[in-house]
This record gives sequence, C-alpha cells and structure tokens, in this order.
Amino acid sequence: MTADTQDRAPGDDASAGDRHAATLSGLLAYLIGLGLAILLTATSFWAASTNLLWQPGVPIGLAVLAVAQMGVHLVFFLHITTGPDNTNNVLALAFGVLIVFLVVAGSLWIMANLNANMMLTPEMTNPQLQH
Amino acid sequence: MSAEIAVPLDPSLAGPAPKRIIVGYGFWIFLLSDIVMFSAFFATYAVLAGATAGGPTGAQLFHRTIVAIETACLLFSSFACGMMSLAVGARNRFATYLGGAATFGLGAAFLGLELNEFAGMIAIGATPQRSAFLSAFFTLVGCHGAHVAVGLLWLAVMMAQIAAKGFRETVLRRLLCFSLFWHALDIIWVALFTIVYLMGGRG
Repeated sequence: MTADTQDRAPGDDASAGDRHAATLSGLLAYLIGLGLAILLTATSFWAASTNLLWQPGVPIGLAVLAVAQMGVHLVFFLHITTGPDNTNNVLALAFGVLIVFLVVAGSLWIMANLNANMMLTPEMTNPQLQH
Repeated sequence: MSAEIAVPLDPSLAGPAPKRIIVGYGFWIFLLSDIVMFSAFFATYAVLAGATAGGPTGAQLFHRTIVAIETACLLFSSFACGMMSLAVGARNRFATYLGGAATFGLGAAFLGLELNEFAGMIAIGATPQRSAFLSAFFTLVGCHGAHVAVGLLWLAVMMAQIAAKGFRETVLRRLLCFSLFWHALDIIWVALFTIVYLMGGRG
C-alpha cells in the first residue's frame, strides 16, 4: 500500500507488510523500550535516594533522566520518529513542547520575580522604624 | 511491468490520507493539548511547592517505595498495552484479551495504590485545604489519576466492542487512539514522579 509508506499515524508500528514479521519487529521495539525505560527509572530512583552523588547536581540529573525516558517512550511506544512519513506528527510535537516550555518556564520566572520584588523588608514591617 | 509501481508517488499527489492516519493525527493533537493543560498544573505545583504554610512537606508525606511500585505498575501496563496493539495487528483475539486484561489489571493496581496514598495523607490531616502546596499536589496528581480512571473505563468498553463487533475498521481506529492515550499517560507520569516525588521528596 503506497499510502501506508507515505503516511504514518502516531502509535502505528514501524513496519507494515508481512503481518508476522511486523509483529516480531514490533515486539522487539517494545522490549527495547521497556528495557531502556526500566534502566532510566531505576537510575532516577537510585540518584534521588543515594548520598554518593553531589547533592546540588541531583535535580539536574533527574531532569535529564526524565527527558531521556520521555524520548524513549515517544520513539519505542508511540512510534514518533524522525522519518519522512512522520513529519506532521513531529511538527505537532515540537509545537506542543514549545508551549509546555513557555508555560512552565514563564510561570516560574514571573512568579520568582514577583516573589523577590514583593518581599517585605524588615523596615516595612517593623512599626518602630517607620517615620 | 506498469510504470506506476516503479515510480514512487509524490506524497502531495497521492490524494487524501487514509482515515486511520487522519484519526491518529487528530488524536495526537488532542493529546498534545492535554499535555499543555498538564504543563499549567506542573507550573502551578512548581511555584507552590514551597508554600507549605507550616503544614507537612513533601519529604514528610511521600513514600518512595510506594511510588516506585506505582511507577512499575504503570510502565508494565504501558508495555502490556503495546502487546495488546501487536495482538490487534496480528488479529489474534485471545492475545488481545490477555493484553487488555494485563493493561487493565496493572492500571487498576496503580490507581488503587494512588487512592490508598491519598487516603493515608487525608487521614493525617494533609488535605487539599491544608496548604497551597497540598492543593497543587492533589490537583496535579489527582488529574493524572482521573485520566487513568477514564482510560480504564475506555479499555473496558474497547474489550466489549471487540467481543461484540470484532476487528472492524472503526474498532481498530479506537484501539489505536486508546493505546496512544495510555502511552501518553505514562509519559506524564514520568514527569510527575520526577518533579513531585523524587525532587520534592528530597530532605
């Protein structure tokens, strides 16, 4: 089917064609994904619990592991790849990621800024020092 | 040999995409909008994570072992959902029911553990009314839990549809959308356990 090789829906398996071969290659992809996800999750929980690591660096490491695991899920479970038949899905994902980044980073930035600027100084709260 | 087989078709000349592609793409857009909604809850939680108002903090409330079991349940549920998709692709009815049952059982176990955790927190007075941190926590984690509950209902309906209607086109498209939904929930849980439980549960 020409259309199948030109377009791919998210969640579709990578290979169309022979049903048995498709099932086997699909199984392999899911198994690789599961293995990588278990590895990354276990590393995350270990990094959060151990005292062996430099503590201020742990949150950044956890964030990196989480992003890596989301990538594993996208590629091996949702079958979102960079193939030419997947352009629309990847573009939509890229736009979604941009909005998520703007909402989260923007909120944190603005709220931290407000927090810093609205902080009452001791002079403002202490009636003895007010003129 | 006809020429149309040898010459690859230009995608723009191939005509409208099959319905399966369009439905999958539309549902993918919905999932991305759902993820954008979750990002607002994540931003709220991140801003309010320190606002405990003298109440219990995350480090006092969260049990990492239970979170690890929940994570394993949801990950293996996602994997079982993938196995179900493969069984659907092979048109194997028994394997589809088996995969669906495993997906449902692991998802229900996750939901049960989460509700148990909520009940334990509420029992010691850590209710959503206690502090801004707890309001944000229950909104974010509860919203994910509500999605899982809806997904379980959807899965049960899909199993009934396979039993009643068999593998017809409409049912196959709905199963594709369900597997997308279930995998996307697992992606959100990855962000959730990292930000809420692992980062928030540290000393």
